[in-house]
Parts: sequence; structure tokens; C-alpha cells
Amino acid sequence: MSDLAHHAPAREKTSFINDPRVRSIGLQIIALIVVVVLGWMFAQNARENLAAQKIATGFGFLDNTAGFGINQTLIPYSETSTYGRAFLVGLLNTILVAVVGIILATIIGFLVGIGRLSKNFVVRLISTVYVEVLRNLPPLFQILFWYLAVLSAMPNPRQSINILDEVFISNRGIIVPRPLFGEGTGLVLWALGLAFVAAVLFGHWAAGRQEETGRRLPVLWVNLALLIGIPLVAMIVTGFPISFERPELKGFNFVGGVRVIPEFVALTIALATYTAAFIAENVRSGIQAVSHGQTEAAHSLGLRNGQTLRLVIIPQAMRVIIPPLTSQYLNLTKNSSLAVGIGYPDLVAVFAGTTLNQTGQAIEIIAITMGVYLVLSIITSLIMNTYNKRVALVER
Amino acid sequence: MKRLLSTFALAGAFGLCAFGAQAATKLEQVKAKGFVQCGVSQGLPGFSNPDDKGSWTGLDVDFCRAVAAAVFGDATKVKFTPLSAKDRFTALQSGDIDVLSRNTTWTITRDTSLGLNFTGVTYYDGQGFLIRKDKKVNSALELSGASVCTQTGTTTEQNLADYFRANNMTYEVIAFATNDEVVKAYDAGRCDVLTTDRSGLAGERLKLTNPDDHVVLPEIISKEPLGPVVAHGDDQWFDIVKWVLFAQLNAEELGLTSKNVEEQVKSATNPEIKRLVGTEGKFGEGMGIGNDWVVAIVKQVGNYGEMYDRNVGPDTPLKLARGVNALWNKGGLQYAPPIR
Repeated sequence: MSDLAHHAPAREKTSFINDPRVRSIGLQIIALIVVVVLGWMFAQNARENLAAQKIATGFGFLDNTAGFGINQTLIPYSETSTYGRAFLVGLLNTILVAVVGIILATIIGFLVGIGRLSKNFVVRLISTVYVEVLRNLPPLFQILFWYLAVLSAMPNPRQSINILDEVFISNRGIIVPRPLFGEGTGLVLWALGLAFVAAVLFGHWAAGRQEETGRRLPVLWVNLALLIGIPLVAMIVTGFPISFERPELKGFNFVGGVRVIPEFVALTIALATYTAAFIAENVRSGIQAVSHGQTEAAHSLGLRNGQTLRLVIIPQAMRVIIPPLTSQYLNLTKNSSLAVGIGYPDLVAVFAGTTLNQTGQAIEIIAITMGVYLVLSIITSLIMNTYNKRVALVER
Repeated sequence: MKRLLSTFALAGAFGLCAFGAQAATKLEQVKAKGFVQCGVSQGLPGFSNPDDKGSWTGLDVDFCRAVAAAVFGDATKVKFTPLSAKDRFTALQSGDIDVLSRNTTWTITRDTSLGLNFTGVTYYDGQGFLIRKDKKVNSALELSGASVCTQTGTTTEQNLADYFRANNMTYEVIAFATNDEVVKAYDAGRCDVLTTDRSGLAGERLKLTNPDDHVVLPEIISKEPLGPVVAHGDDQWFDIVKWVLFAQLNAEELGLTSKNVEEQVKSATNPEIKRLVGTEGKFGEGMGIGNDWVVAIVKQVGNYGEMYDRNVGPDTPLKLARGVNALWNKGGLQYAPPIR
């Protein structure tokens, strides 16, 4: 100890090899060089071996004709489109499942998580059973269960469940009328946008008024009236430009209308319910992290149970909930690659499956696919981190 | 001393890494490990199907055994790797398997830019459709608007697209990763039609709840020459696998069967048979294997006809007639170059 103290002031005299700063930078540079060299050797080796076996390389295949069909396309796609287009179709299908799944999982997760803390025994029991069963079964198994259970329970198209001659449910999916946008649709959409802006402004104004006068306005009802009323007036003025194309049974399947394929339904339900079990536990831990004194304080101010939860507990609990919630969102997005098991045309099925098999360019395709999942995850993290900063405790 | 050794080990590892391609020939590698690693399907009756005890049967499996018989003189020295359609080529490219014998269609892309070599055709097939009888459809041309189930990573996806487009028909495709999922979804009514190679349809039909409620439509919409595959880069191994099949075809043509082959070795006077069983010429040695290679193949696995009849022929549950798979001199397409 005394030795160290003796040497410390004489820092300039020590050789630069013994300088901790130089050492740490030097070691980092060496580590970096090793990583780069190893990576370069791997790439070089792979390229030589591929060339030796005369396996095609490069990204030129993205412009070749795909020549296979996909049964759910959010953008125009046909057999004559390119592999690049097929990639986009698969990517959008993955994003669709991820977004719908995340929204559903969040809603179910919050309900179940709050249910776990309910004073009502039945609600608490159901929530506990839900969490313990769903989070302890492998997700692929749940996806297959939903798919085969839903398929077996549904009738064939000829005997489909008919709701008012508009919506048909069968083992080919849920078929709803397709909206056709006639002349004057633009005006209706503008009216909708206007209603939305008006609703937001009214919400702000009402909040400000409450702060000033303490009086609360019926914000929900006024906003609902705005959102429905203004577009409705626009519809009447323009003479109802939006009509609906009704699905009709022709031959094997329904023609016309918009169809939600059973693969999408099964995958989304399975992923949402599975992830919701984890989110429920996050929510429960978050709520329990808020000290009970907060609830008592809120009650003593005269807030009702619902208001206490909404205005006092949840905002504080969010600080604990958000970081693990982000992980669950990422898990859901990544688990969507299990879609290939039930034939849902997601990125892995379309691109890392069919396209890889037809072109044989495994390294390029797997690299692109990994890159896409990485980017999707980083974007999700960024959004959640931004939100997290907003709800985080501001320390002074 | 220790440090020196580890330095050598490290250098050796890098050296191997850089020159791995030139290390040993495939035949040497196979002989060194003592068995042929053969990629097969995850279960397709008649071609490669495991029973409840885990032993494999089928045409594709028997071909692997014939390769083992040629290399080791012992048809049991083979290990099977079950592969999905999607994973099969990667397994071969990476060297995980030595031969792929998995009802694989010979196409130009696979033969060239995938870095593979097809060694021949073990079964001439074509794509067909399986449909429920109660749909009352008699021709594939009546299938417009149908939902079609198929396996992903196969030629069938593109053939399907081509056929419906050429005939101005619409369709919906649902592509699954494995055959079992395709069959389950079709059985559950998710799709009207199941499509794959016709030999496959005969096998899949047997897995359905009521096989008799389903019928294979008459149309054959594509050419599907199915055969064994090896990786680019080793001509000797390519030759061996190629000539195993040719030897089995020649054996059938010359009337050499598993029952009479030993007798023929002793008594044959026909020079063609003498060359085949290795009593004349040194054709096996030329490939780096034993001269009695054909005797081992025919005795332990059989000639091509025996292999066919045992696995997919009219007396099996698949009930597939020889048809185009008969020998060339019996009206079929199976024709092997001569052994000389």
C-alpha cells in the first residue's frame, strides 16, 4: 500500500507500457484487430470454398423472377414479381403479425396482470391459471394448437358461419366486405382527420380547464361525438361515396371481399396470448413496486378505485414495467418466425425458406434475414426507450 | 515445450481452416469414419420412411445402402439424416452428409448454381393433385379458385404457379415446412387440393384419415426426375455414386438378382456379366473401391427392379406400376451406360 502511494506522484517517470491508460487502449486495439482479422479470415475462407464448389454468390438474385405464389400480400405481388418483391411481402407480413400481436398482447397482459392483484377470488384465480399455463408451454406448440383447433372447429366454405350475409367464417378464414372508395372519399377522409385534431385539442383544453377550475368535462363522450359526427356529416353531404363489395361463394372459395387467413389468426392469437402471460407478470411486479402508501394517499384524497389505479398507480408502475415490456415486444417479433410451422407466409417462410431453397444462396439470405430482425428489434427498442425516458422519474 | 505445442496446434488450426478443401478426398473421409452419411426425408412411405423401431425402408434409403455396399462391402454401414425439403441442400453443401437421396428433382439451378451434382434418376416422376372425391372434380383444369397445400422449398411451388398461370386459373397456395403439416392441414380441410410428386401423393394418401375418400387427378403437370445428389468438387465420389445406380440397372438388364448373383460369379460365361461381377476387368479398382462392388450391391440390396418392387411396386401399399421407370428395352426410360 505504501509502495503504491510512493509511486503515484511519480507518474511521468514510469515507462508508457505501465501507464494504465495506454495499456487499456492498447489492449482494446489488439482485441479489435483480432476480431477484424478473424472476421476477414472467415469471409475469405467462405468465399474461397464457395468458389471452389462453384456455388453462386452475390445479391443479383434479388432481381430474378420468383415464380411462386404467396397467399397473403399487403402489396401487389404475383408469380412474375422478383425475389426482392417477395422479400418485401414477407417482411410486411412479419411486421403485420408483430404489430397486431404486440397491441393484443399489451391489452391482454395489462388486464391479466391487474387481475392477478384483484380482490375478487375468481378473477385472481383465472388470471393466475392463465399465466401459469400459457407461459409454461412452448410457443410453437401453442401455435400448432390454435391452428389445428381453429381449423378443425371451422366449417368448410359451403357451410360457413354466415353473419348477416356480410361476414363469412369458415376454415378458409374470415371474409368481410371490401370497402370501395368512390368519388368524394377524399372529403370524408379530410373530415375524419379534422375530427381527430379537434378531439385532441378539446382533450388538451379540458385538461387545462380542470387544472384551473377543478371541474371535469365529459371528454370521452364529446370526443366520440366529434369522431363519429363530423365524418358522418361529410358522408351525408357527399352522398355516401364508400360502398362495400360483398363476398360471394363461387366454386371452391369466396370471391371478393377481404379475407383474413386462418394462419394469421392462429399465429396472432397464439403469440399474443403467450406473450401476454409474461407481460401480465411484468405489470403485476410493476404495480406491486408502487408502495401501498400511494394507494392510501389517493383514497384519502377521495379518488375512487379506478381513478387511483389509472391516475396514481399505473403512471408510477410504468417506470418498472417498461424495460421488461420492451423485451417481451422483441420476443414476440422474433417468435413470429415460428410461422413457418403453420404455413403463414412471413419473412422466414417466404425468404429464408422458399427463396433460399430456389436460389441456394444461404449465406446472403440468412445474413439479410438476420439483419432485418436486428433492425426491427432496434427500432422497437428505440421507440420504447424514448417512451421510457418520458415516464422515467426525473431526478434533480 | 507446452507453449511450443500449443503454438503448433493454433497454426495447424488456421492451416486447416485455409486449406480445408484440399485435405482428403470424400472417399478417404468416408472410409475413415466407417460409414456413409446419407440425407433422406423425414418420412415418405415407399421412399424413405422410418418404422416404429427406427429402421428405415424405401427406395431412396435402399440406394444409400447400395452405396455403402459398394464402398465397404457392407450395406449396413450407413447412417441416415432426416432432412426437410428446405434444409437438404445446405446439409449437402456444408458436408454434413455425403449423399442426398431424398426424392429430389433434378433441375438446372440445383445442378449448377447450388454447387451440386445429380448422379442419375432413381425414379421418373411428375407432379399431380390429390383431391376429395366429394368435390366431384375430374380434371386439374377444373381447379380454378382452389386452395392448394404444398411443401415449401420444393419445385412443386413453382410448377403450381406455372400451371395455374398458363391455364388462366386463380389459386391460393399454403406452403408448409414439412410433409406431415401439409397432410394435417389438407385433412383438416384448410385446402381443397394437395399437390406434390405423384409417387409422393400415393404415399401421403395412406396417411389420411380415410384414404379411400381421396383421388389423384389424371393430369401430370411437370417432369420430376428424382435422383441422388452429391456436392461439387470431388469427381471420384461423384463417379462412385453415379455408377452404383448404373450397376443396379445393368444388373437388372442382365438378369442378375440377389438370389443368383453368387452363382453367377462362379459360373457366368457372358462377358458382360463377368465384367459386372468383377471376374473380368478391374472397374471397381478404377474408382478406388473393391472389384466385387457390384456383387455386394446386388447381393445385399438387389438390382434396380428388386429395389423398386420391394418399396413402391404393385405389391406394396403404394401400388405404383413400373410405367416410365421400366428398363429401356421394356418400354421405359431407365437406361444405364455399359460397364466396360
